[in-house]
Amino acid sequence: MSFPDPIAVFRTEAAELLEQIEAGLLDLNVNLGDKDQVDAVFRGLHTLKGSGAMFGFEALAAFTHHCETAFDRVRKGEVPATHALVTAVLEAKDHMRALVETPSGDHEAMSEVLLLNLRHAVDGSGDPAAAPAAKTPAQTLFKICFSLPRNCMANGTNPLPLLDELRDLGTCRVVADRSGIPALDALVATDLHITWDVELLTDQPRSAIDDVFIFVMDDMDLAVEEIAVAAPEAAMAAPTRPAAAPVAAETPAPAAALAAPAPGDAKAAKANENVRVPAEKLDELMDRVGELVIAQSRLSQLAGGSGDLTLRAVSEDVERLSGELRDTMMVLRMVPVTHLFSRFRRLVHDLANETGKRIELITEGETTEVDKSVIERLADPLVHLVRNSCDHGLETADERLASGKTEAGHIHLSARQQAGEVIITIKDDGRGINKDRVRAKAESSGLITANASLSDQELYQLIFQPGFSTASEVTNLSGRGVGMDVVKRTIDALRGTINVVSRPGEGSEISLAIPLTLAIIDGLLVRVGNGRYVIPLSAVEECLELSVEEDMRSRGRSFISLRDSLVPFLRLRDLFRTGTKPDQFQKVVVISTGSERVGLVVDQIIGDHQTVIKGMSKLHHDVATFSGATILGDGDVALILDVGHLVAEGQQQEAHLRAAG
Amino acid sequence: MNQAIAKLSEDLWNGRDELEVLTFEIAGETFALEAFIVQEILDLLPETSVPGAKAFVGAVINFRGKVIPLADIRLAFGMEATKPTIDSRIIVIEIEIDGEPVLAGIRTDKVNEVTTLLQSASEPPPSVGMRWRPDFINCLVKRGSEFIILPNLQVIFSAKHEHASATTPHG
Repeated sequence: MSFPDPIAVFRTEAAELLEQIEAGLLDLNVNLGDKDQVDAVFRGLHTLKGSGAMFGFEALAAFTHHCETAFDRVRKGEVPATHALVTAVLEAKDHMRALVETPSGDHEAMSEVLLLNLRHAVDGSGDPAAAPAAKTPAQTLFKICFSLPRNCMANGTNPLPLLDELRDLGTCRVVADRSGIPALDALVATDLHITWDVELLTDQPRSAIDDVFIFVMDDMDLAVEEIAVAAPEAAMAAPTRPAAAPVAAETPAPAAALAAPAPGDAKAAKANENVRVPAEKLDELMDRVGELVIAQSRLSQLAGGSGDLTLRAVSEDVERLSGELRDTMMVLRMVPVTHLFSRFRRLVHDLANETGKRIELITEGETTEVDKSVIERLADPLVHLVRNSCDHGLETADERLASGKTEAGHIHLSARQQAGEVIITIKDDGRGINKDRVRAKAESSGLITANASLSDQELYQLIFQPGFSTASEVTNLSGRGVGMDVVKRTIDALRGTINVVSRPGEGSEISLAIPLTLAIIDGLLVRVGNGRYVIPLSAVEECLELSVEEDMRSRGRSFISLRDSLVPFLRLRDLFRTGTKPDQFQKVVVISTGSERVGLVVDQIIGDHQTVIKGMSKLHHDVATFSGATILGDGDVALILDVGHLVAEGQQQEAHLRAAG
Repeated sequence: MNQAIAKLSEDLWNGRDELEVLTFEIAGETFALEAFIVQEILDLLPETSVPGAKAFVGAVINFRGKVIPLADIRLAFGMEATKPTIDSRIIVIEIEIDGEPVLAGIRTDKVNEVTTLLQSASEPPPSVGMRWRPDFINCLVKRGSEFIILPNLQVIFSAKHEHASATTPHG
């Protein structure tokens, strides 16, 4: 098995650790007494230090060590957790990120400043060395059972230095368990058959023991039991006390000790259940599953056409299996938006400090799952939107109180799934978008002509134009008019839409509707002229026949009445200029695009189809009507309609027709 | 290989005296493409027209489970469409456009042979006496009494073409 660059692996791991640390710190900031969070932050720092040192990030390890020490003291209740401490460590955390990314850079001065801050935050005194020395070390007796993997010596691990390190920690009594050694003829000289029981009397914390094994931790079995806290003078007597009974040489470690590993190990074991896989391997797998689905649909077609019952049974089995495989595969690619949302807590925390406003972030629907690639691309636009809300949307505390609102501004960040799309909403209860200012600004910058009649929605969309900003003064955060057009561009690239709602004085709400862009979707296969097309099933509301009368009547107007509501329709034959004679009985597929319902007139509805989305070639990127293509059971290609863009295209074409006629 | 492709757009010959090419015919003219960009030669496949696309790449085909555009370079050279014959083939090529490798099929009337062209026999496209856009052509190579056209696919594929007219050419 080949391993990726270990440094890159460490960076990924460090990024995750830093995220966890940050989340823990922010939680802690809300509830300073939360012991669990203190522990979580400490664990994160500790792991980061350990693996940093292991991969040669010395500066990182040294720096992190100080933060870890600080948190260790909080953990032991020596100093209280304070807001000042959290802020100091948050800043230190950013510095750690820099140390991870550019380990060779010049970070000395910055480190000094941050550490000084940290010291002040911890105890007000500038002398960190005094603190650890001040506590009187209590001696603890640990019983440690450990066994290394059988092949560890072949991999370069030597157990003897580990034992030496343990001896350095305090008074040690080492017993080797030789019961695992096989008879001589079965003995493999390079294998390790010995396990060890160690009794260690030390003034060091439990973590010091873990540090000894940090390089081999992942592969070994380690059980550490804290037997007794002994006063220093009892130290020498301790090993002979009954509590330390199982010292008899060559008895296997007590089952209890092995079965109940320390909490830290349990956590480590749980983390190991996750497998980190490069995203591109997932994509590859997805491609394979896609091809399987195509092959399967060919098989189904063949089986359907033959009278062979056994073949049909097999084909149905394969269909079921590949369907399940597809579903599992899709779940693999989906990640909850929690990850995305969590980083906004920090952002809002910082923005509140910078602007001097009080801002509360409320998140909702974190469990909503979205394709991983979509999440990654959503991060930047969301940062811009949240910043914008904090900076432009929310008023200062005084203004808020004056207009009868709560002192703290609220930002709601929510995600939910709806009809094949994920809707992400950023809502604030600030002053709302000033329509007159937007209009004035747009007119002055020549985006619209004076007195142009625009709907509210059209007006709001102007804020996404490049170079547009209504902020009267440029702040550090926003107001430069860059950003919102980035939002628009990214969302467009994801084939999503932006919807803005704003009420003056009450706040504004920006919703992003992004297709889940799964690599495989359920589609409805239709025929228009000679071409076959796939309509995403998630957009389809119903199918009906376009009666001859409706058809004839609709020459001048293109809508049908569907259960007392009018539904406009587009003739795909006209839109695609098929140039063929229409079928006698035209069908209407009613689709919904967010707020609108539109009928698409097709020649024939063929049926539902498991659609493997193949991207359109670069040479076809100018064709917005299609979001991709798929390969049908008979090997032909069918294009997948992009419903939103199709309707927009239809509106344009009709506008042209109206203008021409 | 990608590097080689990038260089191709700068200078086809790249200091070489010889070029290994695949020659083929479209509308009675002989064209040639560097042999190493050719992935495969296929018999005609069912095509799916793409409404709204540039007429020049008005269709897609299924190439081993990939959906690739089918280009008709006769439209770039303003040639008459010819009926498919028993000799018609699709040449699948991979070229780099804006830094990304792109697979595309090219519809041809007939594929001739892999041969070697000499740099000494090549000439830049003449500035007059040609109704084709000169930047669509890398060079002309004389062989016997005829000229072989080496089209510049990078320019052809990135150039703006008119959108599909009322009916798509095939479908």
